[in-house]
Amino acid sequence: MPAVDETVEQVRSIDVDQYKYGFETEIETEKAPKGLSEDVVRFISAKKDEPQWMLEWRLEAYRRWLTMDEPTWAKVDYPRINYQDIYYYAAPKAFVAPKSLDEVDPEILRTYEKLGIPLREREILAGVQRPDGEGGGSRVAVDAVFDSVSVATTFKEELKKAGVIFMPISEALREHPDLVRQYLGSVVPVSDNFFATLNSAVFSDGSFVYVPAGVRCPMELSTYFRINERNTGQFERTLIIADKGAYVSYLEGCTAPRRDENQLHAAVVELIALDDAEIKYSTVQNWYPGDAHGRGGIFNFVTKRGDCRGPRSKISWTQVETGSAITWKYPSCILRGDGSRGEFYSIAISNGYQQVDSGTKMIHLGKNTTSRIISKGIAAGRSNNTYRGLVSAHRRATGARNFTNCDSLLIGDKCGAHTVPYIEAKNSTALFEHEATTSKISEEMLFYCQQRGMSAEEATALVVNGFVKDVLQHLPMEFAVEAQKLISISLEGSVG
Amino acid sequence: MPLLEIKDLHVTVGERPILNGLDLVVNKGEVHAIMGPNGSGKSTLAHVLAGKSDYVATGGSVTLDGEDLLAMAIDERAAKGLFLAFQYPIEIPGVATMTFLRTAMNAQRKSRGEEELSTPEFMKRVREAAGKLSINQDMLRRPVNVGFSGGEKKRNEILQMALLEPKLAVLDETDSGLDIDALKVVSDGVNRLRSPERSMIVITHYQRLLDHIVPDVVHVLSRGRIVRTGGKELALELEERGYADYQEEAA
Ligand SMILES: Nc1ncnc2c1ncn2[C@@H]1O[C@H](COP(=O)(O)OP(=O)(O)OP(=O)(O)O)[C@@H](O)[C@H]1O
Ligand SMILES: [Mg+2]
Repeated sequence: MPAVDETVEQVRSIDVDQYKYGFETEIETEKAPKGLSEDVVRFISAKKDEPQWMLEWRLEAYRRWLTMDEPTWAKVDYPRINYQDIYYYAAPKAFVAPKSLDEVDPEILRTYEKLGIPLREREILAGVQRPDGEGGGSRVAVDAVFDSVSVATTFKEELKKAGVIFMPISEALREHPDLVRQYLGSVVPVSDNFFATLNSAVFSDGSFVYVPAGVRCPMELSTYFRINERNTGQFERTLIIADKGAYVSYLEGCTAPRRDENQLHAAVVELIALDDAEIKYSTVQNWYPGDAHGRGGIFNFVTKRGDCRGPRSKISWTQVETGSAITWKYPSCILRGDGSRGEFYSIAISNGYQQVDSGTKMIHLGKNTTSRIISKGIAAGRSNNTYRGLVSAHRRATGARNFTNCDSLLIGDKCGAHTVPYIEAKNSTALFEHEATTSKISEEMLFYCQQRGMSAEEATALVVNGFVKDVLQHLPMEFAVEAQKLISISLEGSVG
Repeated sequence: MPLLEIKDLHVTVGERPILNGLDLVVNKGEVHAIMGPNGSGKSTLAHVLAGKSDYVATGGSVTLDGEDLLAMAIDERAAKGLFLAFQYPIEIPGVATMTFLRTAMNAQRKSRGEEELSTPEFMKRVREAAGKLSINQDMLRRPVNVGFSGGEKKRNEILQMALLEPKLAVLDETDSGLDIDALKVVSDGVNRLRSPERSMIVITHYQRLLDHIVPDVVHVLSRGRIVRTGGKELALELEERGYADYQEEAA
């Protein structure tokens, strides 16, 4: 069976367990000493064999971080995080960067297999060359990050031929130090915010992508993040650069074992689009959300920002957020180049005791810049779901346009949905439109569907899929099916 | 042979008794009309048959084809062949009518252990049934009942009935809100579905519907009980004299 189909099939086959990714992999790991200190920062940098400037950069971030306070403005409520009680680095033991998949620890490969993530290039290739010529082009290059290190990157050779660099950022620091140095921290500065600064000090791995001028990346790129170790934080760093006229579509997926304790995930993603370039960034976020009583789950504090640096460049964020106990995440666009465009398409689902505070910022700096925000929040159980968005036009941004549509759907009456839009226009030619609705899956609606023969789950899935379809269509085809299924799974038990 | 058998049914809605010892037998292939004053419990009967949650049967029994209907879940009843045409059809934003129909048909097929319909087969069935009810493709692409006129909503109910091919259809005031032409389209649609294997309960206030859908039996429901049963001429009598007599009787 082609790997992608298999993925879909595996997601489809779950009906008993709501979070099927909750298993743990038995593997020997090497960790940094618990807690955070200059020594731990040095340890991480040394483990990665980093250049001196990178260590300095990290140490500066660490010193800045010591002076900062955890933000409290988001509508999320969680116990204080003890930053000294976390491991900041965990790597599969005796880890040497594998040259090919055959060198990767079979336990880890099995983990990704269980997750339904296609790592085996041959299988993926087999998936493309369908004799009937149907559904071609579903090739995906994967970078797999296990705790703090990248364990496998596929399709490297073929991408290299196209001139595309796709590798773990730790490797890029060694092989392309100048590129990394030029762009790292240029969108999310070291001292940007508490969590981003923490990440800058201790980030362990993540993906690096560079698409040279005029190149259309020949396949989807994707990274799968997996937190496995207990008491371990994950701090990945992703840096994507699309040079002039380049195009790339990138997808990230994430899962973690089921655990009683909360685990911290504080990632930073930076995107840079130069003149006429386009970056499409999609996320299917499925970190462990905690159990039915709100125990455990990932604290997800993420800074994602794209810089439309060149004229007519375009950055588009699509996210399907179903996991995490706490989500604090605002993928944003800085529309610097004249005529550049930012898009944000989001489906954020919360169930159980999950808390989501997510949205976007569209910062219009250049002339005739445009942005579009479509956000669909779904709250079920006892969850809280907040959309927080900022649209601003600066003095130079004449002719800026934004359209925002922000809909919330409530399932049951113990959950909450909130919309917090901020709008700032510093010039009179900016035109911002905002639409918002809140609706509810009513008893009546469910009864009507059930009377026609659907189960309560089928009925809910039908209504929810109708609600999110405008966003779903922006996901790459291969993942849309998976995301749709994931949505149904995460809403299981929300009715009846 | 009785398809539906209701014996001494008592139903409360939020503590309040609405049906008080209702008896009704509908044989295979028969069409029964239920008439009665506003608030007498007609829609309550329809809802309790369909299994709506706030309608609680506190006594009595209901069987469909000999099986205990009240013990079944809502969707199970539907799969067993019970269909309710709603007095007020529900709007479902974002869900194309076509998608809704297909999901419903396949859900019922699945619970009966049948194969899902293929796309061409489904399309063929919908096109045929929709054509007969003057429902155009555009309407099928729109979200379920959203922005539909009163008449369109009722036609959509009959379309669903035609596609789901129930054993027992309960039509709750399907004539309300219809203009004269639409009434004809809808009643023709219903009449086409009459068969020796299919029974119907038609709830209405007006004789004019019964001119089109001629019932085998007419009942008068008042204060939660069937207070009189007769042939089709009973409807004519009611049209003339109103319900005054029965309200007395039930008191
Ligand atoms: N969900 C409900 N909550 C409270 N009362 C209800 C509910 N449903 C029905 N009732 C009450 O039960 C009684 C019977 O209502 P029902 O809708 O069955 O009447 P009906 O015969 O269908 O009337 P109409 O001819 O006006 O449609 C009414 O007094 C109504 O207010
Ligand atoms: Mg009624």
